[in-house]
Amino acid sequence: MSIFITVAIIFLVLMIVYQIAQASEYAASLRSSESERQKKTNVVMASLLVAFFLCGLYGIWYCHTNLKDLLLPISASKQGESYDMMFVVTLAVTGIVFLITHTLLFWFAFKYKSTESHKSSYFLAHNNKLELIWTTVPAIVMAVLVVIGLRNWGVMTGAAPAESEVVEIVGKQFNWIVRYSGKDKVFGKRDYRNINDATNVLGMDDKDPASADDIVAQNGEMHLVVGKPVKLIIGSRDVIHDVGLPHFRMKMDAVPGITTTMWFTPTVTTAEMKKITKNPNFVYEISCDQMCGKGHYSMRGTIIVETQEEYNKWFAAQAPYFAPQNAAPATDTTKKAEATVAVK
Amino acid sequence: MSNEALVHDAHTAHAHDEHHGHAHEHHEQHFITKYIFSQDHKVIAKQFLITGIIWAIIGALMSVFFRLQLGFPDKTFPIMEKFLGEWAKGGKLSPEFYYALVTMHGTILVFFVLTAGLSGTFSNLLIPLQVGARDMASPFMNMLSYWFFFVAGIIMFISLFIQTGPASGGWTTYPPLSALKEASLGSGLGMDLWLVSMVLFVVSSLLGSLNYVSTILNMRTKGMSLTRMPLTMWALFFTAVLGILSFPVLVSGFVLLIFDRGFGTSFYLSEIFIGGKALPNVGGSAILYQHLFWFLGHPEVYIIMLPGMGMASEILSTHSRKPIFGYFAMIISMVGITLLAFLVWAHHMFVTGMSPFLGSIFVLLTLLIAVPSAVKVFNWLTTIWRGNIRFTPPMMFALGFVSLFISGGLTGIFLGNSALDIHLHDTYFVIAHFHIVMGVSAFFGMFAGIYHWYPKMFGRFMNRPLAYIHFFITFIGAYLIFWPMHYEGIAGMPRRYYDYSAWESFKNFGTLNSFISVVVIVVFFGQLLFVYNFFASIWKGRKVTTQNPWNATTLEWTTPINPGHGNWEGDIPEVHRWAYDYREDGNGNDFIPQTTPLRPGEEEH
Repeated sequence: MSIFITVAIIFLVLMIVYQIAQASEYAASLRSSESERQKKTNVVMASLLVAFFLCGLYGIWYCHTNLKDLLLPISASKQGESYDMMFVVTLAVTGIVFLITHTLLFWFAFKYKSTESHKSSYFLAHNNKLELIWTTVPAIVMAVLVVIGLRNWGVMTGAAPAESEVVEIVGKQFNWIVRYSGKDKVFGKRDYRNINDATNVLGMDDKDPASADDIVAQNGEMHLVVGKPVKLIIGSRDVIHDVGLPHFRMKMDAVPGITTTMWFTPTVTTAEMKKITKNPNFVYEISCDQMCGKGHYSMRGTIIVETQEEYNKWFAAQAPYFAPQNAAPATDTTKKAEATVAVK
Repeated sequence: MSNEALVHDAHTAHAHDEHHGHAHEHHEQHFITKYIFSQDHKVIAKQFLITGIIWAIIGALMSVFFRLQLGFPDKTFPIMEKFLGEWAKGGKLSPEFYYALVTMHGTILVFFVLTAGLSGTFSNLLIPLQVGARDMASPFMNMLSYWFFFVAGIIMFISLFIQTGPASGGWTTYPPLSALKEASLGSGLGMDLWLVSMVLFVVSSLLGSLNYVSTILNMRTKGMSLTRMPLTMWALFFTAVLGILSFPVLVSGFVLLIFDRGFGTSFYLSEIFIGGKALPNVGGSAILYQHLFWFLGHPEVYIIMLPGMGMASEILSTHSRKPIFGYFAMIISMVGITLLAFLVWAHHMFVTGMSPFLGSIFVLLTLLIAVPSAVKVFNWLTTIWRGNIRFTPPMMFALGFVSLFISGGLTGIFLGNSALDIHLHDTYFVIAHFHIVMGVSAFFGMFAGIYHWYPKMFGRFMNRPLAYIHFFITFIGAYLIFWPMHYEGIAGMPRRYYDYSAWESFKNFGTLNSFISVVVIVVFFGQLLFVYNFFASIWKGRKVTTQNPWNATTLEWTTPINPGHGNWEGDIPEVHRWAYDYREDGNGNDFIPQTTPLRPGEEEH
């Protein structure tokens, strides 16, 4: 019932507004001729547009001063530094173009409004010289941006340095699983047909000797060493996810059936970043950036960047996934798996 | 078949349709053939427009609902339960339905409103009127085009009410999420209905586009050479070409998806463990779908933009009383945009793990589009320079179109450059970018067109004070909503999140999100003002008293104020000059219609 009342009220208000507007239009048409009225309107509207432009410029400044503190802190990776630089360059170029074109747009609109004193237009159909200029200048500017972009793109997507740490991260609805290769530096083979939510979340091959010392973190927490390049091997168990690392300015899809990779060099530890941001709760977050279902927004992982000593200490405390104390009881594993599914 | 033949052979060749060819006989037509199963392009245009408006209200209302969730994640809104029932129990949107709303909002606005509602309306209305034809090449196919769209809409509408809810995998419906029932509630029956509806929609779009192209190529009146056509015709022509060449690819993608969903194939599925078991599918590629989708998806952006560009060119010129600057440059830039539109699709896929080398090719081609776009902007600016500008409602919206096109286009330079896209991909920066450029800017083109050609459609004007209020609410509102969103995107805030409060990196934007949501509600009601103005003015608007109320040069203004089916009483006028002769005609007028013969010694443009 209330829904109809709401709709009826909205309708009534609109009707009244329309009647008032209609009446004012008729009243105006009695007072003066259409062309006179148009000229008056021109002055009002052209002034309002200029006011809009000036308020808009102030608004841009206001928006920036209020929001700039909410932006990301300095880049936490080497790759991110070149991103930041490139962003500033692009922002400067587009910002200048934005200001020039908008100034011209609102200035011309205001200056050439039709009034009692300004009654005719200047016949100008084309000018090859002008058109040539504003075809080539954007083309050159774009070429410069493309060159900067492709240089960075080449570095970011190029091969990871040989000394890189390799970590695997696998997405599933709705969390991240992280795997380290253990002491042997070799990942055990995995096959999606071996997956069991209770005993083998990644479908690792327990016959493969390389699997024996692999470490699996199911809480989505990844430990990295500051200053040491890391290469992520990215996979997905079900639908497409995306490893989004805003603080490192990196991102890569996790696609079922395909392995994707991404590498970067963390440069700031979590502890240092807590000081930089003056936020004791600061944490590097892994956000899923590809729509993956109803829990997409809660698919959160974290990264802890630490010094080599801290990392070694943490690493020593980890037990391999197939270690006896980690293994689930052999019985009722299937039931557990079903239970997990039912919860989903 | 020439226009005359079409009309005069109506009795024999189109016996079932005999009333339609004869504007000057004024037979009383049955209500059903006149207004419902009409073959008159002008009526079909209105059908597209009104259907589009209804869908736009639904789509916008959906955005209000999910903005309430985003802006006030910890509050409840009982009114939402009234509208959405189970899906918003206690006035709190469920995550499943949040994603369904986001998906439907995108689908509805992109396809039903800004494709069918925009080019459907103006191609139908303007093509025969501006090239000088009695009707479309095939009025019957044209009617079918609308009714396929209508049925597609009905099916999509039904999907909103089924138990498992409508499709909820985003408007791009990437598999495996959209392919597997286990992956999401909306990937069940809702997704089936979505696919059926979309295939019907593509049929509608193809029937329409083929008609538009054949009409423009074959049915121009005497003297209407291609280079005398108004830019709206060029724009709508390229729009139709883009649709014809890219929509079938989308269908091929959908067909494979239907097979994967229903018939056990593995086009897109490989090595998936879901719902507690490993699926047998191996060897498919989820990325293949994205290639097929974006092969339409990117040209679709220009299917949405080009009509607005064409109409803005026309309107800026008419209301500045000055020829469009660089008519040929405008056409060439549209050719450039159309060609490049087919060669840039993979810039939506920079982070899917595709070959970095391929990525760099797409960077180059993508940023190339900035060149024809820049040419268009500078030409528009020069068009109003030293003009004699009348700030009518269509002119206001055309100026707003240019502003928004610049703002939204410039942020495209960030996203097209893959090294920047890595960070900005799928964040609010993308949301802000495409909403400004192909959402609001395309809408401004559409509003400009509606206000400009409303007198031709209904023989009346829309109310002007309301039109100005509508303009400022929308213009200011659009910038207030989308400008700050860039900041959220630069901060890496991912799109399509139901709630940000658990995220250390993004939760600080709570206040901003509330602010944006409040503006969204204001702008929504501002649009209702337009809708009311549109419908009320059909019966109550100020009557048009002269044939050519805007003093425009083009052919549609040589028809009677309320043209019947067949458009012109008597012969179709002959065209002698280009569409933008805004200069003294020697009799005190500041324009020379296309139908005026060249004066002795006058050179054609």
